[in-house]
Amino acid sequence: MLRQPATSTQITHLDRLWLYVLCGLVIVFLIAPTLLVIPMSFSDSRYLSFPPESWSLRWYRAYFGSLEWRDATVVSLQAAFLTTIVATVTGTLAAYGLHLARSGAGRLVQVALTLPMMIPVILLAIGIFLFFAPLELNNSLSGLVLAHTVLALPLVLISVTAGFKSFDMNQEMVARSMGASRPRAFLTVTLPQIRNSVISGALLAFITSLDEVVIGLLIAGGDKATLTRRMFLALRDEIDPTIAAISSLLIVLSIVLLAVSQYFQSEPRD
Amino acid sequence: MATPADAPAAGGNRSASLPITIERLVKSYGSFKALDDVSLSIRSGEFITLLGPSGSGKTTLLMVLAGFVRPQSGSVRFADREVVLLPPHKRDIGMVFQNYALFPHMTVAGNLAYPLKLRNVPAREIAGRVERALDLIQLSAFGERRIDQLSGGQRQRVALARAVIFEPRILLMDEPLSALDKNLREQMQLEVRRLHDRLGMTTVYVTHDQREALTMSDRIAVINRGRVVQLDRPRELYERPATHFVASFIGESSTLPIEVRDGRPSFAGAPLLSAAPAPASSASSFLVLRPEKLRLLADAAPAEANVIAGHVRQNVFQGDSIVTYVRTASDHEIAIRRSLRTDEVLPEMGTAVRVGFSAEDAIIVPADADAPQTGRS
Repeated sequence: MLRQPATSTQITHLDRLWLYVLCGLVIVFLIAPTLLVIPMSFSDSRYLSFPPESWSLRWYRAYFGSLEWRDATVVSLQAAFLTTIVATVTGTLAAYGLHLARSGAGRLVQVALTLPMMIPVILLAIGIFLFFAPLELNNSLSGLVLAHTVLALPLVLISVTAGFKSFDMNQEMVARSMGASRPRAFLTVTLPQIRNSVISGALLAFITSLDEVVIGLLIAGGDKATLTRRMFLALRDEIDPTIAAISSLLIVLSIVLLAVSQYFQSEPRD
Repeated sequence: MATPADAPAAGGNRSASLPITIERLVKSYGSFKALDDVSLSIRSGEFITLLGPSGSGKTTLLMVLAGFVRPQSGSVRFADREVVLLPPHKRDIGMVFQNYALFPHMTVAGNLAYPLKLRNVPAREIAGRVERALDLIQLSAFGERRIDQLSGGQRQRVALARAVIFEPRILLMDEPLSALDKNLREQMQLEVRRLHDRLGMTTVYVTHDQREALTMSDRIAVINRGRVVQLDRPRELYERPATHFVASFIGESSTLPIEVRDGRPSFAGAPLLSAAPAPASSASSFLVLRPEKLRLLADAAPAEANVIAGHVRQNVFQGDSIVTYVRTASDHEIAIRRSLRTDEVLPEMGTAVRVGFSAEDAIIVPADADAPQTGRS
């Protein structure tokens, strides 16, 4: 560790101590609330408490043993998978179109597509609920997937748009000149090279759908209740430590998916 | 080097090239006319260059030929076939882009095989043709290399080979050499031309480099403001430019304003002898003088057809030649290029000299009629 400056212009670690402390505090405040539920989930107590007095896996058993929780998990995973597919395909196509569009209308469309990121989710949820009601899409899987796609599509769009920035569209033109139809040129030349940003966008879409709760509260009722909706309602009625177990599982899943997404985003490109 | 036998026409009886007929093409972006009624006939097997400054419409014209840009009106025919509405992948053209546009996610061999795979050529035949193509561009050992392991010149060769490996009858090139340094560029100019001569396809080449155009082309179409200003062979274009624009764009020249009365041109009051027919009296005209065609006259030298007096303003030594700038009595500047004997003494600044040139070298061009025009230049 460098305490004495080796040259007159060098900054020592001591000089930067305040910065390290500040960064440490920021990280603790960011991560601690998230990680707190993990030890709580292994508690033997009947109530959510920290720190746990004794340890057990009973709340994990409670989760896996409950049919209600299992149904909600299936709905959430179905919604997440379908949302990923719909949002990734439409988001990638939108990014492709907007990348090629030179007119001002393209920019308007871009703003329109990213709008759901900027308005409060509760307003979006109310709007979706009212819009879906006459279409009878509330409390249905297709409605849930459409609503989650609204949230996930901007993330795919942003990720894939970034991928296109470092892609040379002349490659697609040269492929077309050599005899490839436009879809074939896209699939054989463009897609392999923007693959990482598409995968990264898809993972973000998956997490978005899986973690979503506000829209789910309004439009995912009955047998289409999502995991997060059921967790929220359970939390309101009683402080059930099963929620800590589910949260821990979701946190681990999210961290793994985010790490994979980061890996694909940061992998060096040619 | 490879022999012509390395490039057989695998299609058997089909000819190696097609003529291209371009008629009355119009393409405008808003109020800007990128192509303003362009017509051009390109012969089968010809190497033609579209030459013009940036924004002149030359690349737009190439993109119309390739099918990437659809004109508002006009016709493009490959032989007798109308293609103006045909998408690019159905035109059977080879194309080379300025930045090569090689596929970085494929090897060199993968890049060369790509157009053959699209044509469902059997795998064994693909391997053979890729190998022959690699031989042709002298990169035999490079088949499994990645694109980013190649130098600029090697990439250029791969891009060229990829554009011709499926034996298209038309090859389009968009400033393919502009990213190379000067020496490599001049070497590649000759290589591209030799490849064209060996394979025989009709080649349309776009450049803004007049020297490159003169070096490579059978004919050059000079394009300015969306129009073909002059279409001619390189030497004719250089020696008989049709307009002031062509004269100043191709080669170096000094341009002097002249008067034409009753079909007789004169400069600063002195009559000019020109071999070319003088333009109509009313037109404002210019005398175009090529630096290497002029002579600095010693007092005792036999008189040339035309003589302009002035004094030396500057000598610029350029190694193989020297350029002397002479300011005329009428306050115009004339550049004279000549080779220098080792023992020769340069005329000092301010020395009174006379510039002589023959009637054949007195090029007279009209001022550009379309000079004041709206839109980008």
